[in-house]
Amino acid sequence: MHSPRTSLTAALKSRGVSRREFVQFCSSMVATLALPPRYLGAVVKALTQASRPVLVWLEFQDCAGNTESMLRSSNPPVAEFVLDLLSWEYHETLMAGAGKQAEDALERVVREHAGEYIAVVEGAIPTADGGVYCTIGGKAALDIAKHVCSKAAANIAVGACAWDGGLVRSSPNPTGALGLHEAVPGLKNLINLGGCPHNPANTAAVLVHYLTFHDLPALDEYNRPLFAYGDIIHDQCERRAHYDAGRFVEEWGDEGHRKGYCLYKMGCKGPEATYNCPTVRWNDGTSWPVKAGHGCIACASHRFWDTKSPFYKRLPSVPGFGVDVTADEIGWVATAAVGAAMVAQVAGNMVRDKLRPKKTAEGTKEPPESRGA
Amino acid sequence: MARIVVDPVTRIEGHLRIEAQVEGGTISDAWSSGTMFRGIELILRGRDPREAWIWAQRICGVCTMVHALASVNAVEDALGIEIPDNARLVRNIIAATQTIQDHVIHFYHLHALDWVDIVSALKADPAKTAQLAQSISDWPISSEKYFKGVQDRVSALVASKQLSLFGAGYWGHPAYRLPPEANLMAVAHYLEALQFQKEFIRIHAVLGGKNPHLQTFLVGGMATAMDPNEPGATINPERMDFLVQVAKSAIGFVNQVYIPDVLAVAGFYPEWFKLGAGVGNYMCYGGYPQGSIKDPADFFLPRGIILDRDLSKVHPVDPANVTEYVARSWYEYSGGDQVAKHPYAGETNPKYSGPKPPYEFLDVNEKYSWLKAPRYQDQVMEVGPLARLLVAYASGQPEVKALVDATLGKLKAPPAALFSTLGRVAARALETQLLASRLVGWIEQLGDNLASGNVRIHNGEKWNPNSWPKTAQGFGFFEAPRGSLGHWVEIEDQAIKNYQAVVPSTWNAGPRDARGQRGPYESALLKTPIAEPDRPLELLRTIHSFDPCLACAVHVVDARGHVLARAEA
Repeated sequence: MHSPRTSLTAALKSRGVSRREFVQFCSSMVATLALPPRYLGAVVKALTQASRPVLVWLEFQDCAGNTESMLRSSNPPVAEFVLDLLSWEYHETLMAGAGKQAEDALERVVREHAGEYIAVVEGAIPTADGGVYCTIGGKAALDIAKHVCSKAAANIAVGACAWDGGLVRSSPNPTGALGLHEAVPGLKNLINLGGCPHNPANTAAVLVHYLTFHDLPALDEYNRPLFAYGDIIHDQCERRAHYDAGRFVEEWGDEGHRKGYCLYKMGCKGPEATYNCPTVRWNDGTSWPVKAGHGCIACASHRFWDTKSPFYKRLPSVPGFGVDVTADEIGWVATAAVGAAMVAQVAGNMVRDKLRPKKTAEGTKEPPESRGA
Repeated sequence: MARIVVDPVTRIEGHLRIEAQVEGGTISDAWSSGTMFRGIELILRGRDPREAWIWAQRICGVCTMVHALASVNAVEDALGIEIPDNARLVRNIIAATQTIQDHVIHFYHLHALDWVDIVSALKADPAKTAQLAQSISDWPISSEKYFKGVQDRVSALVASKQLSLFGAGYWGHPAYRLPPEANLMAVAHYLEALQFQKEFIRIHAVLGGKNPHLQTFLVGGMATAMDPNEPGATINPERMDFLVQVAKSAIGFVNQVYIPDVLAVAGFYPEWFKLGAGVGNYMCYGGYPQGSIKDPADFFLPRGIILDRDLSKVHPVDPANVTEYVARSWYEYSGGDQVAKHPYAGETNPKYSGPKPPYEFLDVNEKYSWLKAPRYQDQVMEVGPLARLLVAYASGQPEVKALVDATLGKLKAPPAALFSTLGRVAARALETQLLASRLVGWIEQLGDNLASGNVRIHNGEKWNPNSWPKTAQGFGFFEAPRGSLGHWVEIEDQAIKNYQAVVPSTWNAGPRDARGQRGPYESALLKTPIAEPDRPLELLRTIHSFDPCLACAVHVVDARGHVLARAEA
């Protein structure tokens, strides 16, 4: 996969990209990953290889929401991924070829690039009844996943369904659906990017990290990157000050709702959920659900459809906090929030710091400042 | 005689397989099969109806939000909830934004490569390409330098021998007929549309928190709090300005890029205005309420049915006449598979009887799809942008009539040309144009309400489940980008008892019924020429013209609460 590199200028010219634009893009990636500036050169080099790494995107029991989310990628735009950074050789929703030609393209990648390509998986994998609930080209999804993912250099499960089976797997799981890691156990270099859908900003950062270091960023016990899934939403929430001050939305559209008060009483799952949704946001950083006025549904949490619903039921208690807090407690909460902000600032170090022991942020009972320290 | 199989049909949402019989260079018969099944409606049973929309929305991530809207419509119908006018406007804005963005992505990223040969763009003269582009549109960036840059990018891709997404296309196929300059222009706009769709959809981010899978619907209204003086409100004057600005940018892109491109491409393929019509019945539930949702006569796009291509009469739609067959689908009905069932009485027991994977061919004389076959009074119906446009045109909707007549004039074609593969493509583009201009109006209306202090966004009278009757049932209709969508819900003891969706791509991509009537895809493929059976480009043209969405199309309902039976494979 890593053939000799041509000079940067020549490589860029051959792709019709200006050097200035490209270096700008690499700088912003370094910033997203919170890497020290000295890594800029490594990123630039990695992204201008003469031969681009091959990526295949598999879709099983999916809604294509993760594909659509990838199309919304801004940094870099999806066209740069597809044309300049990678060779995106199989992706049902987007590829030119169809039928036999499409299947041949996938098979050629597995044959000619075994051990080198990146496999992205979207959707759950049905395991009941011999695989009849999802076939592509007459082949069962499970057989395709085993065949393609076992020979990949890295596997990226995007969205809740590919991670843990998602909605398809929720009770009563009519088709025996599983996430990739359970359907095909033992895959090497597997990273799970939960969320419904995945946030393309995180996926872009993971891809660039992998292209640069040939390695995945630091992961938690669910094989999720700590930089994206290491912090509690409640701790990063822009409505947090209202929570701390005891100001809540009581009814949809009431004065508190119009003033942007906390949505905890309307069922928000932010206190139990981890994700960098409030800081990265969606669609070019435009917004995120809580900003738009609705509670978080914890869509990046494990098995969230079953474990975090009903979505309008107020959480019974928030570890360490309460809705009817005293002044003393409010003071403690405010301190904790400052600690959390500091944690967020240093979270970038988690990307490269693989020496850190794996931690579970999800559902943690520890106060925020003790995590990620 | 040859059997051709296209599986996967790519550049669609979901998993679709087409088998077709080719005789003497044309398709003599065809079978459409959905090859994936999830069972979302079964998963919905027993849950809080107020959150059904969050689950149902995940039926599809391409036409995201359409199932959310149909779901809240259905629950509001069941509980007798009238939503505030602001919520109606926000929903119209979100829905129109979805349809505009979806149609643009469909044309450029899912359909264009059936008409546009990327490799041929290498032979184009960038100066002549600029002349061509400037002759059909005043889009400001169409310079020689711009097209040269795009061509360099394509050249580099081809020279690298790594064609990425474009690697396995049917390049050089004899059915491609655009000159190199038109191909280069289209490739440039393919890339521009990629940029457009992600910028434009920021309207959804503001009003829905994110796209895909928006998160601000509520039974009774929307969670987008409004206030003219509060920066913490989702809808405030600053964000209204942003929405207007983004919406106006869509008018520019649609009128100056999308519409001219569709007309230019269509001009090179006139015979495709005669091919691919299919059944000739068209149904539309009606879309975009301008007042109460109970008053479809007042919708922006009217409700109705056109039968047998007769534009002189619009027939009414009665929801009671919608049924589904499973005679050729991998399910079984109690009482036999030969009868159709209405959604309220429907049932779904999956019973796979197809070949064990891996397989080469389906047994198309038996059951062959995970899609059911919806019918209206036992008749096959095509749904989608063309159906909407034809119903509106035949109903005399003035805006639609003027636009369609003007476009047919430019193409020097009679209205009958719309009954075709390219008719679907043109109808989709014209609908985008209509909605883009209407979108700005709805946003401005919302802004006027905001400025006047009308900030009511939710009707909370029935939010508390204790206010509900013991049992209730209702349905929600909506015109999704791909056509008529209906959700039916039955509520008992504050929980969902039954839930069912009858979805646009089920209407269009469904298999034969008990009477052997072909579904719309299957009919539309008849007589399609196939120059090279191992590269069936022409087949893709007609299938893609429907904009298939298979995740939507396959679902399971068990209205009687049966435990889902596992198939004996």
